[in-house]
Amino acid sequence: MGMTIAEKILAAHSGHNTLTPGQLIECKTDWVLCHEITTPAALRMLEERGMDRVFNPDQIVAVPDHSVPAMNIKAAQMYQKLKSWVKDKGIKHFYDVGRGGIAHVVLENTGLMKPGQTLVSGDSHTCNAGALGTFATGVGSTDLAGAIYAGMVWFKVPETMLIKVTGQTQPGVTPKDIVLEVIKRIGADGANYLVMEWVGDYIDNLDMEGRFTLANMAIEAGGKTGIVAVDDTTRAYMAERGVTPDQYTEYQSDPDAKYKVVVEVDASQVEPTVAYPHIPSNGRVAGSDHIAVTHAYVGSCTNGRISDLRDVARILKGNKVAEGVQMIVVPATQLIWKQAAQEGLLEIFVDAGASVSYPSCGACLGMHSGVLGPNDVCISSTNRNFVGRMGDPSAAIYLASPATVAASAVAGFISDPRAYNHTLGGAAD
Amino acid sequence: MPRVHVFARDHINTDEIIPARYLTTDIESELAKFAMEDYDKDFVNRVKPGDIMVTGADFGCGSSREHAVWCLRGAGVSVILAPNFARIFYRNAINNGFLALESEDVVAAFEDGDEAELDMEAGKITNQRTGQSVTFQPVPQFALDVKAAGGWLEYMRDHSKAELEDETLSAESTEAGHGHPGHDSDENLAPGTQRA
Repeated sequence: MGMTIAEKILAAHSGHNTLTPGQLIECKTDWVLCHEITTPAALRMLEERGMDRVFNPDQIVAVPDHSVPAMNIKAAQMYQKLKSWVKDKGIKHFYDVGRGGIAHVVLENTGLMKPGQTLVSGDSHTCNAGALGTFATGVGSTDLAGAIYAGMVWFKVPETMLIKVTGQTQPGVTPKDIVLEVIKRIGADGANYLVMEWVGDYIDNLDMEGRFTLANMAIEAGGKTGIVAVDDTTRAYMAERGVTPDQYTEYQSDPDAKYKVVVEVDASQVEPTVAYPHIPSNGRVAGSDHIAVTHAYVGSCTNGRISDLRDVARILKGNKVAEGVQMIVVPATQLIWKQAAQEGLLEIFVDAGASVSYPSCGACLGMHSGVLGPNDVCISSTNRNFVGRMGDPSAAIYLASPATVAASAVAGFISDPRAYNHTLGGAAD
Repeated sequence: MPRVHVFARDHINTDEIIPARYLTTDIESELAKFAMEDYDKDFVNRVKPGDIMVTGADFGCGSSREHAVWCLRGAGVSVILAPNFARIFYRNAINNGFLALESEDVVAAFEDGDEAELDMEAGKITNQRTGQSVTFQPVPQFALDVKAAGGWLEYMRDHSKAELEDETLSAESTEAGHGHPGHDSDENLAPGTQRA
């Protein structure tokens, strides 16, 4: 019987020719990604058991990102723990504060993670890297410890959900809207234990940044990972990072591969979508209700990339963030920050009255730099709108595309970004 | 007899179980003070060692933070029953030897504060107030063996690849894909476990 991409990658990393969903395997991890929140616990576990070693210091990527620059003394100690371990073990790929940013976005851009490889990290948005035709998934600190120690992790081979997106979106509709629409349809646990494999001519025509956004949100439907097959777009992206096809393995799903579910989406019918509180599946069309906002947040591993910032800039250019709205823009990495500066985007943000922050997970998970207070209402380009996610449990979080966040920031209430479609196609697009 | 704490809503997520603001520690006794804080601030005052949690479906969705398992165990919770669990929470439970049991009908069978008797051998939990019993899916053999080893790191260190891959995790109980555990079949029953 035919196999899916996920099954093929897992087979190749567990010494099997074929695999069947449900099977338990010991899977080799090509890469382990470490940040300062979940890694210190893993290191303590290994130390307590006399297992304090690393499987391969060249295959571990360490990026402090959640609470950096340190938000308090405890966070500073966790950062110190990660950094001293990096030094002690000779971890080769360390992206310190000032040289990195949000771990998933740093990693995707390095060219280290190649198609066909496997990755685990103590972070649920690890699925982000699946856009490169990889098997990448989030795990807890114990699994992370095992992967650091032995370069392996146990998996139950997952079944796959096929998401077929055809046609082209209307102007002003983005990949974030597509994925919020899919999660709205299948539910916040609609892909629990499943791989979400994205296909269709919409995906074929989509750039890598958009593909990362789709793969990144797999966990918001409960998915084990999101996957996009390698094509010319992927190859060009890798080539720009000095990686040629002979350095990686491309997997494609067989025509007779078995899918648990097939979801079909007509991209032309998708509208700018906002996930209302308090669950990412609670999607409605942007602007269908009058909802005043106190905060507008652009950033995170989901939507803090350069194309996201360009979208925000084309809407903010020549406009002002509404009185009473606090807008924060967080470029996801140092490189994106620099590029945004070079393109004049940061100046547009500042002129509009937005605060530009440093690369970090920041307020996406309510840690620091923009945490919400009681009864605040935030329109956010992040990934999760659970109770308390960005701060006080009484705050309301509405998830949307960066364009919708920008349009809402200017209006002072949640708004349809298609009102700015006349700004599309310009130099800043 | 252990007391049951009912959290009936579906999709109770890791931000409610242990908010990110407390993730600057991984010490279980510290995390225990904040368990379920954003859902029910008083829970930590009511829960006693050995108590049982009954929750709605997709419990533990969201973040990968293992702190969600640690804070509940630290607070005294001995076992959680739900129609199903989010994937990462479920594997974190297995890796810690913490019991997360899947039971389709459990939420309707209990009210907060009921006392219950858990029978692992029979695969059922009985409400002492009503006398009603509901069954739960058998714990996969792999999870039992990880628990017996003391946790995933001990298991991994002491077992070969062949031993691991000979384990069973194919129980329909872990196929929580669409919110409903599948049908039982005999080959999925862990040795020593019988259906009630």
